[in-house]
Parts: sequence; C-alpha cells; structure tokens
Amino acid sequence: MTEVIVIEPGRYERNYWIDLWRYRELFRVLAWRDLAVRYKQTAIGTAWAVIRPFLTMLVFTVIFGRIAKLPSEGAAPYALMVFAGMLPWAFFSTGLSEASNSLVNNANLISKVYFPRLIVPTATIVVAFVDFLITFLILILLMVWYQYLPGWRLLFLPAFVILAFLASIGPALWMTALNVRYRDFRYVIPFIVQFGLYVSPVGFSSSIVPEKWRLIYSLNPMVGVIDGFRWCILSGQSALYIPGLAASAGVGVFFLWFGLRRFRSMEKSFADLI
Amino acid sequence: MSETIITVEHLSKSYLIEHSPEAQGHKRYAALRDVIGQNAANFARKALATVRGRGTSPAHEIEEFWALKDVNFEVCRGEVLGIIGRNGAGKSTLLKILSRITDPTEGRITLRGRVASLLEVGTGFHPELTGRENIYLNGAVLGMTRAEIRRKFDEIVAFAGVEKFLDTPVKRYSSGMYMRLAFAVAAHLEPEILVVDEVLAVGDAEFQKKCLGKIDEVSRQEGRTVLLVSHNMAAVAELANRALLLDAGSVAVNGSVAEAVSTYLSRGARKATYTHPPNPCISSPHIARAEILTSDPNAVHRFGEPLEIRFWISHPTPMINGSFCFQIFNSQFQIPVICSSYYQSTTFGYQSGSTVLMCRFPSILLNIGQFHLCTWLQEQPSGDTYENLDGICAFEVIRVDDNQIGGWRPQICTYHEHHAWTVVDATSDLGIDQGALASPVAAGDAE
Repeated sequence: MTEVIVIEPGRYERNYWIDLWRYRELFRVLAWRDLAVRYKQTAIGTAWAVIRPFLTMLVFTVIFGRIAKLPSEGAAPYALMVFAGMLPWAFFSTGLSEASNSLVNNANLISKVYFPRLIVPTATIVVAFVDFLITFLILILLMVWYQYLPGWRLLFLPAFVILAFLASIGPALWMTALNVRYRDFRYVIPFIVQFGLYVSPVGFSSSIVPEKWRLIYSLNPMVGVIDGFRWCILSGQSALYIPGLAASAGVGVFFLWFGLRRFRSMEKSFADLI
Repeated sequence: MSETIITVEHLSKSYLIEHSPEAQGHKRYAALRDVIGQNAANFARKALATVRGRGTSPAHEIEEFWALKDVNFEVCRGEVLGIIGRNGAGKSTLLKILSRITDPTEGRITLRGRVASLLEVGTGFHPELTGRENIYLNGAVLGMTRAEIRRKFDEIVAFAGVEKFLDTPVKRYSSGMYMRLAFAVAAHLEPEILVVDEVLAVGDAEFQKKCLGKIDEVSRQEGRTVLLVSHNMAAVAELANRALLLDAGSVAVNGSVAEAVSTYLSRGARKATYTHPPNPCISSPHIARAEILTSDPNAVHRFGEPLEIRFWISHPTPMINGSFCFQIFNSQFQIPVICSSYYQSTTFGYQSGSTVLMCRFPSILLNIGQFHLCTWLQEQPSGDTYENLDGICAFEVIRVDDNQIGGWRPQICTYHEHHAWTVVDATSDLGIDQGALASPVAAGDAE
C-alpha cells in the first residue's frame, strides 16, 4: 500500500495532521535534544531550574508582601501565594520566549528536512513543561515548610495547566512565524514577557484589582490561569472569579486559533525565508 | 515496463528579489515635507504588511526570478536518475521541492512512495551531543523510528567506523569522522525514493568511494529509486541509468547519461572570437579582443595545419614586464598545451596604448574534439594577474586525411606526438637464445 503524495502550489495539506501523528517521535526527540544540550558541560545545570523561581519568589515576598504590604489571599502565606502564581507564569514565559525563537534557531533543519513545522515550537513548550514539573516539586517542599495541606481542588490543576499551555502556544506560533521573516520579534518578546510579569497577578493577588476593571483585566489570559492555580493550590483561601476565568479562557482559545492559522499560512515560505 | 513513481508536470518556482531604490537610480525627494510624508507612508505600509505577514518592499523594487521554469519528467521505479547542470541551474531547488521543503509556484508533482532526502550531510547534528546520541537524533530527524534506529545501530556504527568515539561529543570529531557518521545514518534509511544532493562533493576519496558503493547497493540490490545530483561526471556516469540536464531552470536534455554529460561539457555559447564588452572606464590592462584563425570556417581546424591566434591587448596604464600566457583545454578539461610569451622572452606593454600579440603553431597536433582557451595577462616575474579569462575562443579540431579503419576518437589521447615506427627485424623465428633467457649472467659472460 503506497500512498500517493501530490505537491502543488497552495494545496491544502490534507495529510498535515496525519503527518503530525506520523512524526510524533520528533516531538520527543527535539525536546530531549534541547534538555540534553542544556545540561551538557554544566556544573549546576539542573539546579538552575530550581534556583531561579525560588529566588524570584523570595524577592517578591519581601517587596510586595513585607514592604508594600499587599494582602495575600485569605490566610495563605504570602510566599505560597506568590509561588502559586509564579509556577504557571514561568511555564508561560519560558514557553513563549523559547518557542518564538525556535524556528530561527532550527534553521538548519527547516531548510533541509521535511517535517510538519508545528513540531518545532511545540517541542520547546514541552521543554518548558519539564521545567514546570521541577518547579512544582519546590512548591511541594514549600507546602511542607508551611505545613499547608492542599484540598480536593488540586485535582483541577491539570485543567489549568492545559489552559496555560494554550495561552502560551497561541501567541508563540504567531510570533515564531513572524520572526522568520522579520527578526525584530526576537527583541519584542523579552519586552512583552517583562511587561507581562508586572501586569499579571504574579507578585500580587488579582483581588486587589477594583471590581469594575476585573473583567477587562481578565482579558489577559494568564490572569485566568494564575487565579485558577491559586484557587487549586490555596484550597479555599482564594476565590475564583468565574467571568474572569471565562474571559481569559476565551482569549486564550482565540489566540490559539489565530496563531495556528497564521502559522499554517506562512509555513510554506519558511524554508525560503529562514 | 515498471511503473512511474515520480511524475513532474510543468513545474516552476520563482523567487522575489529585492532591489534597493538607490541602485536603480530612483529620484530622491527634495522637499522635507515630501521626505517626511514618504517615510510616514512607508512606516504605515510596512507595519500593516508585517501584521499580515507579507513582504514589505514596494512593488517597483521587486523582481521575479524563475529558478525553475516548466520542468517535465518522469521517473520509473528502480531507476537511478542523475541530475546535472551548471551552478545556478536549479538542481537544488528541484530537490527541495521534491522533498516538500518548499512549495512550487506552478505545476505539480505526483509521488508514489516515501521520499528521504539527503540534502546536506549531518542535518540536525548537535555538536554538544555524543556520537551515539546524534545517531538517534539524526535518524529521528530523517524519519526513522526509534525501533528502526536501534535495530540498525550496529550496522551504522560499523559503516562509519567510529566505535571508539561513540561517547565523545561530536564537536571533538575530525571532519572526516563527522562526515562518515552523518552519511552512515542517512545511508541506512529505507525509503522508496532516495534523493541525494551533492553529498559526494565533500570528503576524501575513500569516503566518496564508500558513498558511491552504498548508493549503488541501494539502487541495484534493493531496487530503490534514486535521484542523484552531482558535479562528479564519473559518478553520474557510473551510477545513473538516465540523466537530466538542467540549464537556467529548464530541462535541456532528458535522456541517456552520455548525451546529457556531453551536452553539459560542451555547453556555453562559445565563439572563436572573443570581444571585451566596450567600457572606456577600465584603465587596467585587459584583452580587448581575441581571435583564432582556423584553417576552415566556423571555428573548425584541420589537424596538422598551422594555427594562428591573435590577441588585442589594451593597456591604458603601462605595464612593467607584460606577459601573456594561455592554456588550451579539451572537452575533458585536460590541458595538452600551454604557451607563455614571457618564457619566449617576448614582453610588451611598456607604454600606454595597445598591443597586438600573435601566437603561431607551425602544425596543430591536438587530437580531434572541442577545445577552448584560458588566458592569463600577467606581470612577470611577480606573477600578478591583470586578467584571467576562461572558456573563450572555442574551436574544433578534425582529421580528414588517411586510410584509418574505425577513425579517431576524442578520448583516446590528448595530442599526437611526432613519432616513427620501423621494423627492426623481420625474420621468421624470434632469434632469442633460450639459454640466454634462462641465465642472463651467462649471456653477459659470453659477450
């Protein structure tokens, strides 16, 4: 049984999704490659995945909690609240930054080998997920430290992880496709991430945002994700603002659809422009 | 009649090339108001185009360049098709389209089978990873499953010959080892259609022989279809059953290997006269005109006849010790003749102006075939070259004499040296003393 492949200009790739399944090994291989390379010839490689979020959490707790005296959620310790927000944010920001540059970084593959190009940015997000898992371990340690027991709501965590994944892959696909043609976006991404870190409720709780602005504020997809994480982890100390969550989820899904569409339409020209 | 496995119909590929407006001599705006207005309009246009993901150059600065134009051919199962052509003919573009890396602008291709492309040796190799890890990486990138790689791992390592270094990072490998490992992985792919692009161009002679052997094995013994792009005419002649000659994006020859190779070698509009394009600005010495005065018209010269070649050399700046040298190349790019004015103590060019040089051969002894010149206008003895022209003044040598049975062939020799045969002894028995043969010392003593 041989398949017949027809190559024509502008032909809709009916085989594209089948090809994605056929090349599924490549997701794993590219993610493994990035992880293996990261820790080659390093002394403390794996530790960086732990040190960075830990130090950020310390700084935020001191600045926002002690000095600015912003309120925590309910009776939960401030450090834990910050960490619960930082966990998805780290996943999102690493995912977005790495995925946006992924196509250009893999230029040698793109110009010489055929595979569905969607695999490249998605593999980098898998790498970000591995970092997420490591940071999650620190969260567990923190909870042990504060002797804080999470409730049944923790079971909803995977849903919010998926939402974080969607929120990062959507814009990442669009950015990485644009970055192939215009390398400007390499400089735009760190700025957006930096900006987003202060705008999103990472260092503070979103309950300090006044009621009338809450919905507009929730148009930032990470607001919904971070609120959701806090709701799961801080078991009852944090309230979930449902309309906000719906808004965030809606924006996230929209960006996913939009990013995917832009990526697919520009995909044909990657090899020519990269 | 085996089935057609690849069908290419009316394939064309164009690229858009940008030209900067300054180079085209566009009028620059004089008024500041116009400059600001134009820049603001440009900014808005570019921002909008960026968001849409389209190109930002205005239409008058873009030229369409056709890398491939109306290419048609078919390949049957089990065939080895050689694709040859000059640099820039469109060979790599054709392979890229066949490998689905880039899309055609027009036309269509039908493939009946899995394609694996070897467009570059070591695709996906990461210098930080070890040889072992890179085999898995490269194999996965080229489309092999993990189980497949594991199954062929030992074969791959044996082919590459890097058992000892499997666990060192590839950045420590020598270039030869690197190439052998990369080719070893690719050689063990099992696609229906294998596309190979000039990977034979890199590596030492032993590596090239190994590659050729493997490709031969893949096509002959395993019956796979191979598309081979190479500048190595010997390799193409040895491996391919059919050949395709591409010239500036179109198919020039689609047929036997011999036909394609000989057309490729004799291509290039060659004339017996060379004229430098008129340009009054060049002040360094150069050849204004070169002409071969052959015995017969249309740049055909009879073997054994005298030949004259004239060169009109223009030197607005005088030379110190002008010297002119040229080589005659045959169609196999071998060089039977070199002539240098310096070594015959003929120097020229001391004053500003022009000189006409003439080189005369009392009798041309070149074998029949096509020839062309490669010239060097130099300063001796320093060897500084003012101008080097290649592929000019093409001419053909023929032989119309003789009582030859079978006739002369172009490849049997490069030229015919003067010689004479004589029968030294025509007795019936060989006259060799058998005793002398057995013990030469004894024969010497006898003398």
